[in-house]
Amino acid sequence: MVVNKKRCVAMLLAGGQGSRLGVLTKYRAKPAVPYGGKYRIIDFPLSNCANSGIDTVGVLTQYQPLELNTYIGTGAPWDLDSITGGAFVLPPYVRSGKPGEWYSGTANAIYQNLYFIERYSPEYVLVLSGDHIYKMDYTEMIRFHEQKGADTTIAVLRVPLSEASRFGILNTDEELRIVEFDEKPKQPKNDLASMGIYVFNWQKLKRYLQEDARNSASSHDFGKDVLPAMLAGGERMFAYRFDGYWKDVGTVESLWEANMELLTETPGIRLRDPEWRIYARNPNQPPHYAGDHAEITTSMISEGCYIYGTVRNCVLFSGVIVKEGAEITDSVIMQDTVIERNAVVRRAIIDERAYIGEGAVVGGMEQITVVGSRAQIAPASRVAEGARIEPVGELAAKGGDAE
Amino acid sequence: MIRNVFGLIYAGEENHNLRDLVMHRSVAALPVGGRYRAIDFQLSNMVHSGIRNIGIITQKNYKSLMDHLGSGKDWDLSRKNNGLFMLPPYDTSQNTSLYHGICDAIYAKLDYVRRAPQEYCLLTGSYTIYSTTYDEMMRAHIENNADITMLYNLDPPNTDAERFKEVRIETDDSGRVCDIEFDSHIAKSHKLGMDIYLLKKSLLEYLIQSAVARGRYNFVSDVLIPNLHSLRVQAVEHQGYVGRLHSLLSYYDLNMDMLDESVRWDLFHAGAPVYTKIKDEPPARYMATAQVTNSIVSDACEIAGAVHGCVLSRGVTVGRNASLNGVIVMQDSQIQEDCVLENVIIDKYVTIHKGRHLIGAPEFPVIIRKGAVI
Repeated sequence: MVVNKKRCVAMLLAGGQGSRLGVLTKYRAKPAVPYGGKYRIIDFPLSNCANSGIDTVGVLTQYQPLELNTYIGTGAPWDLDSITGGAFVLPPYVRSGKPGEWYSGTANAIYQNLYFIERYSPEYVLVLSGDHIYKMDYTEMIRFHEQKGADTTIAVLRVPLSEASRFGILNTDEELRIVEFDEKPKQPKNDLASMGIYVFNWQKLKRYLQEDARNSASSHDFGKDVLPAMLAGGERMFAYRFDGYWKDVGTVESLWEANMELLTETPGIRLRDPEWRIYARNPNQPPHYAGDHAEITTSMISEGCYIYGTVRNCVLFSGVIVKEGAEITDSVIMQDTVIERNAVVRRAIIDERAYIGEGAVVGGMEQITVVGSRAQIAPASRVAEGARIEPVGELAAKGGDAE
Repeated sequence: MIRNVFGLIYAGEENHNLRDLVMHRSVAALPVGGRYRAIDFQLSNMVHSGIRNIGIITQKNYKSLMDHLGSGKDWDLSRKNNGLFMLPPYDTSQNTSLYHGICDAIYAKLDYVRRAPQEYCLLTGSYTIYSTTYDEMMRAHIENNADITMLYNLDPPNTDAERFKEVRIETDDSGRVCDIEFDSHIAKSHKLGMDIYLLKKSLLEYLIQSAVARGRYNFVSDVLIPNLHSLRVQAVEHQGYVGRLHSLLSYYDLNMDMLDESVRWDLFHAGAPVYTKIKDEPPARYMATAQVTNSIVSDACEIAGAVHGCVLSRGVTVGRNASLNGVIVMQDSQIQEDCVLENVIIDKYVTIHKGRHLIGAPEFPVIIRKGAVI
């Protein structure tokens, strides 16, 4: 089979479990977590690829892949269904003559898909994670990589020194050449934190991945094993400084905050950007409708919503219904959830297809409350602030066995 | 699912009752209901009925329609077999001028009709808006052993309204059409045709060729009416909502009707979704000072003012302290602070500067044409 040679192939690590998101990631991988009224986290790296002219993206999935696989499909919503490229979902598989194995680490996930990358014999491989919200032109990073004559380039973000001990810190010389990796340092010497975005010369990366695979002591992780091995091997590694918006929504609090930030006068990330559109799969709903007694202020409302009650400082995904007398404040309500009459929701994240019964009170003024997908909150009941209501599996919701 | 049918949509009809709205676009491309174009409803009806081969005959001003439809992908019509076919006019030895009517338009595109592998044709215009599937119409067609089956809804004659080629029918007990009043000022029938006809492709070819051979071009007055006795023309009632783009006022009314819960339910939620071009815009934003009631609001709108009884398309901004009542605003128009607008239709890319007052009446809306700066 003839496959066009590609300058750059992107590999998107989308297997993250996102366990700190708790009930929100029980039935979905972290990259499939909804954000901003119509997006999922993975829309950001996928749109960045499309907008950067990278049309071949391997998406490595492992944990709860169904929602993510159906979401990505052929990649058409991100314009990735091209003749020579495409979006390819790459789950672990069984090779002939070998036992099947899960992806044991980030580097192992790429290693297990060497053949996929080899089909394109690319010059560069761009490794991305599906966990962050940001807009970035990867072509500029690749240009930097070329200018520096680098073997590996790692995108970095300046963080306050006081918080640097939470990150993987890169110590560099004046030319931004990396001289040391400092994983979560107690005494940080620098404020450049790795964003988990790497550009590699493919031939170099291939060699190190093969060596790493033979090393039984390795945990097969980029940050812990492969990148330090490259540094020890004297490869030219550079830090590429990125100064745009970048947000890790790894916890319930940070996901809630990232959504609330969109409601400020000038949000850190501009979603309405004709030059850099963020694409998403479209639910094909009519525009939303605000009823006779609706009160909607400082909020984002998506297609297919029907609002008859009061909505203050909220982000509503498509198809949400807020009935008369209901009052929702400082909350994120995901797709197709119904808030019944006179229900009160405060500082909460309500996942998809949930049902908040008439007169129920969910959440309070301090801690964030989470209601899982398809959960049913009984009328007039109370969900205490900070509670985590378990989601109901798709089959169970249809009366089948629990998953 | 009616797989043995192809759709033929005549989007070439001009209707000057719609004035500035159709100066640069065909009726089929008129924005309605916030995010849709008129033709989205017909295309979605056909696709949800199982029709996979649809030809669209265009004449003038069809650029906006082509932009909107593209390859037909957003209607699931970008297919290896069949799909969406744009049929723009071109000069041939037989066809050297504007179409007189639907008959010579189809005549000019007979090649497409002949090559369609389906046995039946569903022939329709582009200015009637409703949501349905055509399975029931097909069942009735076969059961009645009809030559032609048409749809109608009940809508009493309104002598004041600006009509556009209204087709009013009388039927006998079996539902057979026995009389047609076409474009009549003194019409009596409450049964108003919906501009859609189901017939065998072979019959369509024959009727079109024999009409054109006699210098006749109108499908209703030249084909249907003279043949009411020789052909079995059956009518089936559509019970749901029907909107018509007959005039500026009916355009205004159609959009305002969508604020009614039962109309919205019937058009958007009773069956399958209405497909339209995907624009990838973020959700609408409401500012702290927004006051919005009884309104349809599309993605990427930014609202800081008061909006009551309005239909806003994508990307509309409403400034602080502005007040909109009964206003239709099309894509990407800007209404700045302190404006007062009542019963206005604002086309795309319009800017209304700070503090302007524009007041129309519900039965006589003011219209602001595309790109105007006021």
